[in-house]
Amino acid sequence: MAECTGNFVMKKNAVFIYSKEQLGYSFSDSHPFNQKRIVLTLDLLKKSGAITDSDIIAPRTATDDELFLAHDAKFIDVVKKAGKGEIKEAACEMYGIGTEDTPIFPNMHEASAMLVGGTLTAVDEVMSGRARHALNLGGGLHHGFKGRASGFCVYNDSSVAIKYIQQKYGARVLYIDTDAHHGDGVQWSFYDDPDVCTVSIHETGRYLFPGTGSITERGNGKGYGTSFNFPIDAFTEDESFLEVYRTAIKEITEHFKPDVILTQNGADAHFFDPLTHLYGTINIFHEIPRLAREMANKYCEGRWIAVGGGGYDIWRVVPRAWAHLWIEMNGLDAPTGPLPTDWVKRWQSESPVSLIETWEDPVPLYKPIPRKEEITEKNAQMLEQALQIIREKRESC
Amino acid sequence: MLIEEIMKLDVVTLFPSNTVKDALEIMLENKIRHLPIITEDQAVVGIITDRDLKEIVPSTMSDSIDKNVYDIKLSEVMTKNPITAHPMDFVEESAVVFYTNQIGSLPIVSNNKLVGIITETDLLYKYIELTGAHQPGSQIEVRVPNIPGILFEVSKVFYEHKTNVLSVLVYPDKENSANKILVIRIKTMNPLQVIDGLKTAGFEVLWPNVPGIS
Ligand SMILES: [Zn+2]
Repeated sequence: MAECTGNFVMKKNAVFIYSKEQLGYSFSDSHPFNQKRIVLTLDLLKKSGAITDSDIIAPRTATDDELFLAHDAKFIDVVKKAGKGEIKEAACEMYGIGTEDTPIFPNMHEASAMLVGGTLTAVDEVMSGRARHALNLGGGLHHGFKGRASGFCVYNDSSVAIKYIQQKYGARVLYIDTDAHHGDGVQWSFYDDPDVCTVSIHETGRYLFPGTGSITERGNGKGYGTSFNFPIDAFTEDESFLEVYRTAIKEITEHFKPDVILTQNGADAHFFDPLTHLYGTINIFHEIPRLAREMANKYCEGRWIAVGGGGYDIWRVVPRAWAHLWIEMNGLDAPTGPLPTDWVKRWQSESPVSLIETWEDPVPLYKPIPRKEEITEKNAQMLEQALQIIREKRESC
Repeated sequence: MLIEEIMKLDVVTLFPSNTVKDALEIMLENKIRHLPIITEDQAVVGIITDRDLKEIVPSTMSDSIDKNVYDIKLSEVMTKNPITAHPMDFVEESAVVFYTNQIGSLPIVSNNKLVGIITETDLLYKYIELTGAHQPGSQIEVRVPNIPGILFEVSKVFYEHKTNVLSVLVYPDKENSANKILVIRIKTMNPLQVIDGLKTAGFEVLWPNVPGIS
């Protein structure tokens, strides 16, 4: 059933999980993790005619039992008490909260459980067959550990969702993480599990948080060979990023044969992002979901759940990057040219920086990188080594 | 840090009366490369390594080797009176011992009895831990003048930002001996305020220092 809205042909095969309550996950006004980016994204999509209210589903809240799938009861209890002011900051530090990165905020548990619930809502929509794809931009908190918060993440919605998929639907899950930081929390949750394959492409941990994610982290025991890491060098640009991404995802998806794909779509690999040192442009955020959708359609009957993640230039980068994700999810043509003027007008006054007014990035975005060739060559060698394990198996068949 | 905190306690050993064959088998079985040789009352009298054995038994594929080599007693081929260390020696000191003597393992002896062993691999792992590279953190490099009290000045910035420091390494500055380079790992995903603080305090931050982004 196709209907025309503005420039876009609508095929309602994807749902967008959102409600205002998702914005309750807020550390402080000056904290780099700012869910206003979801509002900016949704408004951009609305003003572009790429989404209608009927595409939007409100998230539910994850129950304690669901959180127990990936988190310790004691940790959840501490988060609950911290958010109600019933526990001293110092007593929380060993649980990773009350730190500069992940400060305590009111109703911390409720807000965090709602982000997890949003990803579970997305899972149920897709796994029950009501939608081919589902997007929860409020999720993607990939640094959350079993018993400890880390790197702006309290509960790990992806870890909970994958356990939930396994338990309720018995499916094999491929998790693809393109955030500029290593997806450590999700990786360690399934390090021993042969039925969950985690793939992370990230800036090398030599300097960048969390420091893990080397190619030698391949899984453990029965799960050996179902963790993949592609640490790319600082200053990596689009071409090299996409070569690593495309090659890795194609070969791993074919090798692992998942029933469903869960992608974490952090938007912090862009040149403008203040916390990382990769030199991506908006193009990678168009290409990443394109291949994810292709793989989901080819191997998983379309089952694809996407979540958000990092993204700290919330004005110039994240809205366009995440709009591309939803647009691609709907099989719409990539928008080009100027952004809707009413969107730019609406937000420019609030933005501390000049908004980019086109779907494309300005050219040139940055000065040429002196060591581009070496970086590209180094990434290619890394890719080769990281994939060797499945290439060897294929040759011996 | 003391050796007793990192040494391995269950040490595989043989007696001087054991043979080359015994040594080969026990090393293979336990996947080890160093074998302290002890007396009945646990005193270390020698050590034998996989490299020593390879010299004695050049290649198992060769027909020409004298099968009798397998029966040679270890007392004849072991390195006698090897260098040992005490559980309360410093790990840092023992690293120097490894380096200057070019050895691969150090039997740990207390009251004339073997109580443990450390190998190069244990030591390397400990050093990785000391760099803090195995836990979530961000790395910052700062160039500082080579003067007393400078570490205090730098750490004040971390204190002000309530930042937990995982490790500090100090390197000489290759370009100018009047400076040193501090490599600091801090437990944070967002090092921006700390970096600002360091710059405000007048320090030169070498990393992150991204061309095009100040
Ligand atoms: Zn990130």
